[in-house]
Amino acid sequence: MMGFEKFLFYVFSVFLIFSAVMVITRKNPVHSALFLVLAFFNSAGLWLLAEAEFLAIALVLVYVGAVMVLFLFVVMMLDINIAELRAGFVRNAPVAIVVAIAMAVELLIVVGPQRFGIDVVAAPEPRPAGYSNTEELGLALFTEHLYAFEIAAVILLVGIVAAIGLTMRKRPETKYQDPSRQVTVKASDRLRVIKMDAEEKAR
Amino acid sequence: MEYNLTTLQPVLPEIVLLCAACLVLVVDLFLSDRTRLVTYGLSLAALIVTVAATQYAAGPVREVILDGSFVRDPMADVLKTGLLLVSLFAFVYAKDYLRELGAFRGEYYVLGLFAVLGMMIMISANSFLTVYLGLELLALCLYALVAFHRDSKTGAEAAMKYFVLGALASGMLLYGISMVYGATGHLVLPEVAAVIAAGTADQTVLVFGLVFIVIGIAFKFGAVPFHMWVPDVYHGAPTAVTLFLGSAPKIAAFALAIRLLVDGLGGLLAQWQDMLIILAVLSMALGNVIAIAQTNLKRMLAYSTISHVGFIFLGLIAGTDKGFSAAMFYAIVYALTAAGGFGVVTMLSRNGLDAENIDDLKGLNDRSPWLAFMMMLILFSMAGVPPTVGFFAKLFVLDAVVSIDLVWLAVVAVFFSIIGAFYYLRAVKAMYFDKPLVDVPLVSSLDTQVAMSVNGLAMLAFGIFPAALLGACRAAFGG
Repeated sequence: MMGFEKFLFYVFSVFLIFSAVMVITRKNPVHSALFLVLAFFNSAGLWLLAEAEFLAIALVLVYVGAVMVLFLFVVMMLDINIAELRAGFVRNAPVAIVVAIAMAVELLIVVGPQRFGIDVVAAPEPRPAGYSNTEELGLALFTEHLYAFEIAAVILLVGIVAAIGLTMRKRPETKYQDPSRQVTVKASDRLRVIKMDAEEKAR
Repeated sequence: MEYNLTTLQPVLPEIVLLCAACLVLVVDLFLSDRTRLVTYGLSLAALIVTVAATQYAAGPVREVILDGSFVRDPMADVLKTGLLLVSLFAFVYAKDYLRELGAFRGEYYVLGLFAVLGMMIMISANSFLTVYLGLELLALCLYALVAFHRDSKTGAEAAMKYFVLGALASGMLLYGISMVYGATGHLVLPEVAAVIAAGTADQTVLVFGLVFIVIGIAFKFGAVPFHMWVPDVYHGAPTAVTLFLGSAPKIAAFALAIRLLVDGLGGLLAQWQDMLIILAVLSMALGNVIAIAQTNLKRMLAYSTISHVGFIFLGLIAGTDKGFSAAMFYAIVYALTAAGGFGVVTMLSRNGLDAENIDDLKGLNDRSPWLAFMMMLILFSMAGVPPTVGFFAKLFVLDAVVSIDLVWLAVVAVFFSIIGAFYYLRAVKAMYFDKPLVDVPLVSSLDTQVAMSVNGLAMLAFGIFPAALLGACRAAFGG
């Protein structure tokens, strides 16, 4: 890796770890969500360094642009009691820290540099200037991974069916507009002109 | 590859089922509650047409298409046919129950069909990616089905538990898959197997990945110690859903294990054999012992499922073609038996009230002798009493274990299945020797009665003539 790229890698990584820690330690859920956005931006930067432009852009567009905005909406609309959620935090923290450290050590042993280091797994050849990541991805999706692509589409369809099936219900008391009846309504249906004698003036 | 009718023929069953499921989904929109039976009829037709397509595409030669992500071999043909027929029984039994519950909606059948599609994709998966996507398709349908009865609090609770634990299991599986991919550099299962056989992959990373994959499989099977969700989900879900959930997915879980552990990681047999022995012994012990303490029929059957999973693992442990075919025989037979068992529970439920307790079986012989006889055959088959098919299923699996000199394991299995016989026989005793609590006659529609008769008598028929099904299972593993 070139000197400047290495520098960028460390900058993005440090910011990524910093913002990830902030996500889980902030008291205010809005701050957590915003730090998560920062974390996504930094990982998008890392992907750019790995020459995965399309994934980097998709991460920013989809996760930052859509998912996190939705998430912020939910956080702001619901009244979440943070104190209640954090009640067991201090009590469970020692166990959690031990488990986390054990997992980190295990991970380092298994996927650490001696197994997946740069000298074991060779770095891929840099692509020529005109290479389009997006085009390659599109070709792979519609040729090599066509079957998986189709199954993913079915999974999304099931998601829609399940979500509507579980949440939509007809309530008889719900009032709603019926445009076709609104259009065909006549003045006489709404307003009745009644002829009646004028009353005598009270004395 | 070229895409035309000839090259896509192996994947024909999946295409047919997908089109049929979409058709049912759209037709159902135009139906009122009175004409909802059309959805039911179309769903059954969809399954039958898919069985026909499976038979049409079947053949003795192994075919791999779609750039290695899809495989059609004799095992896939047999498993798909079994899966579709078991789902057919489940759909028939569910109808009356759902109508009484006031939940006879098209979504049950649409989600059911998509779940069957997911299972077929798993059965025919030839790459890690396909396995995972098929599994997710199945799981998403099942989560939604468990929460299907919206007014039921236990149903929602069960769905939540199932969703959280299921997502955890998928995460485990995916993590293991990523490890194996990292070590071998391949997603297509035979290529993974080739790299492992060549011995160039890092053994530590492979075994680390294998552990997570086995955990994922054990979760999906519901093997001890990853069984926590089974009783709660079986109990909380509407019985019509439990019926589907407890039967057909066992066949798919078997396929999942074969594809991942044998087709992909067959080179690590010695490692996963030990892991499965632990899972099998714990499952048979805990499942059978705790089932005795249950008074709820659905929970009892849930623990019984756990013990049967232990038996299916026994066949896999053998690691020989004989063992695999015995496990396959066991999985198909168990799925059929479980469909019948839960089918009887749905038939006992009336007016939207679940007949859930073993007491509800009391005096079934006085109320409906035929149904009691069918239930007796099913319970005997689960217990492994000859001449029902359950006996032969257990026999073949034990034979496979003994032939690799794990006699102690076979002894343990027999010991726990004798313990297990107690609670099956207790249910039989309740049906034949106890006075009924209610004397309301049982009414059920003709299609349910026919299906139940076929299902119950199949226990006897396959028990007396096991050769046909066993031959198909043997042929699937090149014997």
